[in-house]
Amino acid sequence: MSSTSFKQVAGRQLRKKTSFKQSVNNSLTMAYRGVLKIRRTPEQLFDVTLQPIIFTLMFTYIFGGAISGNVQNYLPVIIPGILVQTVITTSIVTGVQLREDMDKGVFDRFKSLPIARIAPLAGALLADTIRYTIATVLTFAMGYIMGYRPEGGLGHVVLAALLVIVCAWAISWIFAFFGVIARTASSVQGISMIVLFPLTFLSNAFVPAETLPNWLQWFVKINPISHLVTAVRDLANSGTVGWDLTASLIGAAVIVAIFAPITVRAYMRRT
Amino acid sequence: MDMINRKETEAANGEWAIEARGLVKNFGDNRAVDGVDLNVRAGTIYGVLGPNGAGKTTTIRMLATLLKADEGSTRIFGYDVVKDPHIVRQLIGVTGQYASVDESLSATENLVIFSRLLGLGRAEARSKAAELLEEFGLTEAAKRPLKNFSGGMRRRLDLAASLIAQPPLIFLDEPTTGLDPRTRNQMWDTIRRLVKTGSTVLLTTQYLQEADELADRIAVIDHGRVVAEGTVNELKASVGTSSLHLSIQNPRDIQDARQTVEQVLKVQSSISSEAGKITAPMADADRVTDLLIALRQKGIQLDELSVQKPTLDEVFLTITGQGIKKVDATLSDESDKVEEGRV
Repeated sequence: MSSTSFKQVAGRQLRKKTSFKQSVNNSLTMAYRGVLKIRRTPEQLFDVTLQPIIFTLMFTYIFGGAISGNVQNYLPVIIPGILVQTVITTSIVTGVQLREDMDKGVFDRFKSLPIARIAPLAGALLADTIRYTIATVLTFAMGYIMGYRPEGGLGHVVLAALLVIVCAWAISWIFAFFGVIARTASSVQGISMIVLFPLTFLSNAFVPAETLPNWLQWFVKINPISHLVTAVRDLANSGTVGWDLTASLIGAAVIVAIFAPITVRAYMRRT
Repeated sequence: MDMINRKETEAANGEWAIEARGLVKNFGDNRAVDGVDLNVRAGTIYGVLGPNGAGKTTTIRMLATLLKADEGSTRIFGYDVVKDPHIVRQLIGVTGQYASVDESLSATENLVIFSRLLGLGRAEARSKAAELLEEFGLTEAAKRPLKNFSGGMRRRLDLAASLIAQPPLIFLDEPTTGLDPRTRNQMWDTIRRLVKTGSTVLLTTQYLQEADELADRIAVIDHGRVVAEGTVNELKASVGTSSLHLSIQNPRDIQDARQTVEQVLKVQSSISSEAGKITAPMADADRVTDLLIALRQKGIQLDELSVQKPTLDEVFLTITGQGIKKVDATLSDESDKVEEGRV
């Protein structure tokens, strides 16, 4: 009983579980890893930089005249809409990248380390908020260049931006779940687009819900994306806070409450 | 001092780094691991030897909490891998078959992140990373992205990452596969150094020579089962230092010739019928003279005679052919059973 190894084992302070503090620290370290990866491969930011610029220009000039009479009047409608659409589409990438990442050997090491099980997932999701921030800032900047002057003022615009980022983060758990259970990265992309395309377009993001047929209005009105878009419009355009903001936040919380645990569990089971 | 400690470990008798009982893992219909028992004494190097697809990696993954066993149990330094996975993870380091480091980051960044995850402070993590890079001769390449690393550098970084927490037990899955001879020797030196600091190492390999160079004990694994277990010398004794290959001119004489071989050399032989070849371990070259005389006396004519150094194939031929669990000197006890099995 006097061997070196035994002393090594006995001398260690072994913990049976990770503490909450450790979980947070581990997640932050994993987020740091995500940030480093973005810095190493800046080309993966193409989508979040180009999409806001191109989509904002395109949709505003295509729909502006038809829907609001002119581009100026359409900007308060379209900018929040395109913001929500762009940022939430961006969150698909989280799932796709997670899938690619998990196939690499490094995830084996993460699993063999005495770290919080949720950290590799939470870290990846946290790092992606950078992407959402870039998309958000660029969309608002594009709007500003095109003449959009949100009446809510800068403070409310920042709040609106934060709201969108938080909601996109929550929604990214759904795609993270697909990422964990799917077999390939491209299938994650496929499933996610099928879910997201109808959700973002069958909302009030681009057109006022009143112009739609009744049966469609019903869906558009219960669509959580519509609530988020309305909440952003309220904040940015008039600086008001309404039921839609609460609904968006509740929705985000519910998504995280459901998808975070099942994603972590699926991640743990998958080897 | 380290050597003394290792001796003491041997003497302590009953202090196990790994105790695995009846491990089973199925992948669909494929039984990848089929009842593996392993006992690894602390402070030793233990080699798991086997061909591709024998179940080595699956076994390691189960021991290292990366994969749940369908049946059986594993204790690492007395802690159950299923009940206390978090404790076990604090005691092990795992280096996978494919480098388990981050391709898109630099060597330093990799080590810093792993150090931070293991609870080191920011400054501590930096100095630890620098120290390990220095030790593994990677300082020059520290800032380069891993994409430009050679296979050997990647493996070394991988091993360095496993050593951050100085775990008492280290799993190395085929640490030298695909490395050139020089890097392989460097890797071997590193592994030996590790054990001198008191760590226990379990390594898998396809190469008999590697197990020979490094391991104190070896388990030979095939089709998910441990087919032999023992010290290197015990294992070698069963194979013979070299093997004798005889081709017989007249195929009808082959059984006769085989009996003669077994009587004179006092070993088990095997026949590959299509080629009319007899293969037998050759422990004592001098006895071959007796064998040749005996064959001449019986009028058995040889086509060809050759001697081969033992290869992994021979180990399997000898060991799996006999179907015994323990390799030791009492080979003749098993011979009757073998005869039945072969007819």
